[in-house]
Amino acid sequence: MEESFDAAIVGAGPAGISAACILADANAKVIVLERGEYPGSKNMFGGVLYGGHLRLIIPDYARRNCPIERNIVESRLLYLTEEGGVSLAYRDTAFLEELRNNVFTVGRARFDRWFADQAIAKGALVVCATVVTDLLRDAAGRVIGVKTDRAEGELRAKVVLLADGVNSPLAARTGFRPEVRSENIALAVKEMISLPEEAIDERFGVTDGNGVTNEILGNVTWGMNGVAFLYTNRNSLSIGIGANLADFAKAKVRPYEMLEKLKIHPLIAPLIKGGKPREYTAHWLPEGGYDTMPKLFGDGYLIAGDSAMMFNTLHREGSNMAMASGRLAAETILEAMGKKDFSAACLQNYVRKLQKSFVLKDLKKYRRFPSFLENHQELFTALPRAASIAAREMLTVDQLPKKARQTLAWKSIRGQVPRLRLLRLLWDAWRSVR
Amino acid sequence: MTVKVEDKLFLDRFNVDDESHLRLRDPGVCFELCEDQACLYICPANVYKLENDRISVNYEGCLECGSCRVGCPHFNIEWRFPRGGYGIRHKFG
Repeated sequence: MEESFDAAIVGAGPAGISAACILADANAKVIVLERGEYPGSKNMFGGVLYGGHLRLIIPDYARRNCPIERNIVESRLLYLTEEGGVSLAYRDTAFLEELRNNVFTVGRARFDRWFADQAIAKGALVVCATVVTDLLRDAAGRVIGVKTDRAEGELRAKVVLLADGVNSPLAARTGFRPEVRSENIALAVKEMISLPEEAIDERFGVTDGNGVTNEILGNVTWGMNGVAFLYTNRNSLSIGIGANLADFAKAKVRPYEMLEKLKIHPLIAPLIKGGKPREYTAHWLPEGGYDTMPKLFGDGYLIAGDSAMMFNTLHREGSNMAMASGRLAAETILEAMGKKDFSAACLQNYVRKLQKSFVLKDLKKYRRFPSFLENHQELFTALPRAASIAAREMLTVDQLPKKARQTLAWKSIRGQVPRLRLLRLLWDAWRSVR
Repeated sequence: MTVKVEDKLFLDRFNVDDESHLRLRDPGVCFELCEDQACLYICPANVYKLENDRISVNYEGCLECGSCRVGCPHFNIEWRFPRGGYGIRHKFG
């Protein structure tokens, strides 16, 4: 396998394949190495991709049989206690036409495979069932290729793109990214539950391949810093829950017990009723954000996507950053090929491109958000209870005048979260996202 | 609430390698130094089980998330990816 490429890409996920498409389009000799039996066989996420990003790589993706599950027309936010909860939803006909596929659900086993096929059609070589175990370096420490777990599995490349995801023993081993700390990642588990298409249409009030996302917060994560979700696929639902890994260890909570409890929550159970679990998976989310990012380039290499800890916790965005960073990494590599210079000095253009794009702008804007969540446990304990009690007070109809009801509502909120703490929470929340 | 994770793992497809990709570096550490034994709780596949005087490593059902590796307070778990093509195979993802 001693062969030389312009670029070797580690990982056939959204970042790696985006880069492979751009490079292959420009006739670069590119190889993608994937450890799974097929692209997507190791990948999992909550479930949404963004058409505006995919379009920049495959403009006619919708016509190319992209395995879209459902076009999202409604986004719901649920803030739950153990017995109930409050929710907020936004739906608009704009998502049927001009904003169609702004957000859509996919299953990664099918999508990543399809996406890799597009790269192959453009001329990229995608080699599966191959683990990259180390990087090849020359005497000066420059990266000049990769070492794989195949016999005689060394191959040379002018540049290596590390797009191997958040769980990267390779990055830790080679020192390109220090091993992640349990405080800086979330562990999420997910079940795919099959349900007839018509049942999903009826339960979520949608038709014609449209769907709904539910982001779920509150007591469901048992006081830990975490979040849950329920997304509609064509004839299945994706239900998942995650929390900070250090919180899991501290609380000695088993992730699958938390998931099972979520499934019997009074607001969730009716939505998944009668469904059959088909798959159970687990994955990390790089929640640490901006301040946990590694150096993104060096002599002969670049890092993109989850490997680079590119994740916007507040907006639950990651796959878009993976695609955008993969695309910008590819553009940088093409420029380096033009100059025949693969040194860090030349590859640092990658960071300039990221700075100009939403990727680093957003990561920087929300850099304080992860610590805001970490420092405000009441978001997952007392606050959802306060919200529920207040709503209940306002909706209880009896002989009591409204003014007295409002006083009661305020009292119960303050009983859960003291006034100063509440002010502090609002102030910190604003500061963490401004 | 007791949940049998085996019922969930039963839904998944695995291509199990003969050799484990997970190993306790020094099994003594788990009992002599480790009070919390976080691996027994955080692993979403319950790979690590307490058996009398040892912790067994049931790598066959590993979901490959990596949590045990960084969650072990003594970094006592040697963790690599299963060989290319082995391990879990997502049908949906």
